[in-house]
Amino acid sequence: MSDEPNKGLQSPLRRKLLMGAAALPLISILPRPSFGAGPATSVVNTTGLAVTDTEVTVGILHSATGTMAISETGSIQAEKLAIEQINAMGGVLGRKIKFIQEDGASDWPTFAEKAKKLLVNDKVAAIMGCWTSASRKAVLPVVEQYNGMLYYPTFYEGLEQSKNVIYTGQEATQQILAGLNWIAKEKGAKSFFFIGSDYIWPRTSNKIARKHVENVLKGKVVGEEYYALGSTQFNSVINKIKLTKPDVIFTDVVGGSNVAFYKQLKAAGVDLSKQALLTISVTEDEIDGIGGENIAGAYACMKYFQSLDNANNKAFVPAFKKLWGEKTVIGDVTQAGYLGPWLWKLTVEKAGSFDVDKIAAASPGVEFKEAPEGYVRIHENHHLWSKTRVGRAKLDGQFELIFETSDLVEPDPFPKGYQ
Amino acid sequence: MFGDYSIGDLGSIFVMQGFAGLVLFSVYVLMALGLAIIFGQMGVINMAHGEFMILGAYVTWLTSNTFQSYLPSLFSGYFFLAMILAFLASGALGMLVEWVLIRHLYKRPLDTLLATWGLSLMLQQTYRSVFGPREVGVELPQWMLGSLKVTDSIEVPINGVFVMGLTVLITVVVAYVLYKSRWGRQVRAVVQNRIMAGAVGINTEKVDRYTFGLGCGIAGIAGSAFTMIGSTGPTSGQLYIVDTFLVVVFGGAASLLGTIASAFSISQTQSTLEFFTSGSMAKVLTLLAVVGILMLRPQGLFALKVRK
Repeated sequence: MSDEPNKGLQSPLRRKLLMGAAALPLISILPRPSFGAGPATSVVNTTGLAVTDTEVTVGILHSATGTMAISETGSIQAEKLAIEQINAMGGVLGRKIKFIQEDGASDWPTFAEKAKKLLVNDKVAAIMGCWTSASRKAVLPVVEQYNGMLYYPTFYEGLEQSKNVIYTGQEATQQILAGLNWIAKEKGAKSFFFIGSDYIWPRTSNKIARKHVENVLKGKVVGEEYYALGSTQFNSVINKIKLTKPDVIFTDVVGGSNVAFYKQLKAAGVDLSKQALLTISVTEDEIDGIGGENIAGAYACMKYFQSLDNANNKAFVPAFKKLWGEKTVIGDVTQAGYLGPWLWKLTVEKAGSFDVDKIAAASPGVEFKEAPEGYVRIHENHHLWSKTRVGRAKLDGQFELIFETSDLVEPDPFPKGYQ
Repeated sequence: MFGDYSIGDLGSIFVMQGFAGLVLFSVYVLMALGLAIIFGQMGVINMAHGEFMILGAYVTWLTSNTFQSYLPSLFSGYFFLAMILAFLASGALGMLVEWVLIRHLYKRPLDTLLATWGLSLMLQQTYRSVFGPREVGVELPQWMLGSLKVTDSIEVPINGVFVMGLTVLITVVVAYVLYKSRWGRQVRAVVQNRIMAGAVGINTEKVDRYTFGLGCGIAGIAGSAFTMIGSTGPTSGQLYIVDTFLVVVFGGAASLLGTIASAFSISQTQSTLEFFTSGSMAKVLTLLAVVGILMLRPQGLFALKVRK
């Protein structure tokens, strides 16, 4: 291990100072940091990444145009905020983070191409990026081939694990199981109606949910329906829901369909204050389009809500709004996007190196105590230990926290008995 | 499948399901009417139809915001004004597009497909730059939300009733304009033979521009009405374009009656199948049926009789 002596140089005291500084909400009053005081480049960068004595380059790869821009804008904003804050505190190993932003344009081959460009031409030290599973699947072979590091922010269906990816969102069991347990206990729910958009994430999630309902909760799934992405007519399925009278409607409808579904549910006279509805696809971002009055009363199962009442979040929300405008809302994935640059920074400092292999090896066990969602830690499988929370949608488009798991939930991307 | 339910339950579900089919029918007619004029009457393949609809939706959103800020007392009635403004905005944009782009392409109808597709991309990105990439929520007045309770177990959505009424009104107006008015005769004359129509003194350029404008304007109204049931975002228009073309082509391009008949058969098939199978399966079966019928009747359900 050639970097052993260097670990001594990088004093633990300095790291502590940086960690402490992360808790300071008003970063602007800090004196301007000077860069270039870190360990020598030849030591921390042995694989030819874009690292100089004063700068390190990372990539941001999301859709700023096309149909997914709706969702990915929040992630871009969060990642930029995190990078800005890290720089204000002295950067990573004494180097300022510079970012190159590429547009995946909601097109999966474009994502792969841009990832290759970032890794091969720009030699970025890490990529914060991707949103849909399809874009991640397109980028995965590229980051594995060129040995890059990807920080992926979205909650997703699981069934994946890679040395080159850190999954900062929840995998399916983490997101779903605790929520189902809670609603089964709280509402005495026995019968469930599943409705989702027709692609891999809802189908996998519902498969896990069905196994859990049938085998663990001993309940019954009275209906399971999928609608093509972009469907805008849900009256028939709403009638079916009315006919089967489930205790809980469990939804993972996404995109424009989401808006149509809740508007039509409301118009059909389904009162969400009486009919329990648990969704795993609606965050504060989505409510902006759906309208608070159409979804108030629904329960959402996430790990983060903008309304969370803790010191980290109380610093994070104003900082986000200061940078991106008072009216912006922060959803679960946006927060997970914010974790990416921070986890990377902490891992680099733990490893004492920008080398991807060392970062991948050092990742398990890295903890981020200032995460807006509370404490998170990277698991051996490169997913995060985090809490699962249930919130109730309010008229103003925010969630009221109803329930959270007492402990961190272990990520389990290949759940036994659920496949 | 229905063994566990009482006769009363089933009765009310069938009534509500019938109503759901009628709402779907109205939605299809409303979104297809504008295209039926542009594609059916003028032969222009307007791929930007969805974006003209979304312009109407954004106008509705702007109107709603304006009323909330400046005229909160009149908020409950803003929707009617919003629909008129949506018609004017989309119509005006349509006339501009016709003047800049479409009029050069009447002799090359297939090229209109590419040109308007490009136009739709440009419009989407414009909406994204102006209104932001996120969807906007259009707030509706209280009376338009919720449902009417007909009996204890039968409820019909108010916005569904509203869309149905609007569809009937606009269909009647369009039918009158196209088939009874002097201007409608000019439109049909231009479509059938542009040169002869010009020779008998019809200002064909003007007729083209207003026809295209009318089609786009109706798309704007449809977009405005759909803020009640769907989403409003830069790419929301894409959600409608396939179904719209399906309805118009299946109905027989040049026939208003065909559009209505086709909207009716597609919507009823789809909504019945959705109930008895599932959402995705219903779509597959409906499309298969449409493809099958189009193979037997390539000209669509209703076609004008022409001498070949």
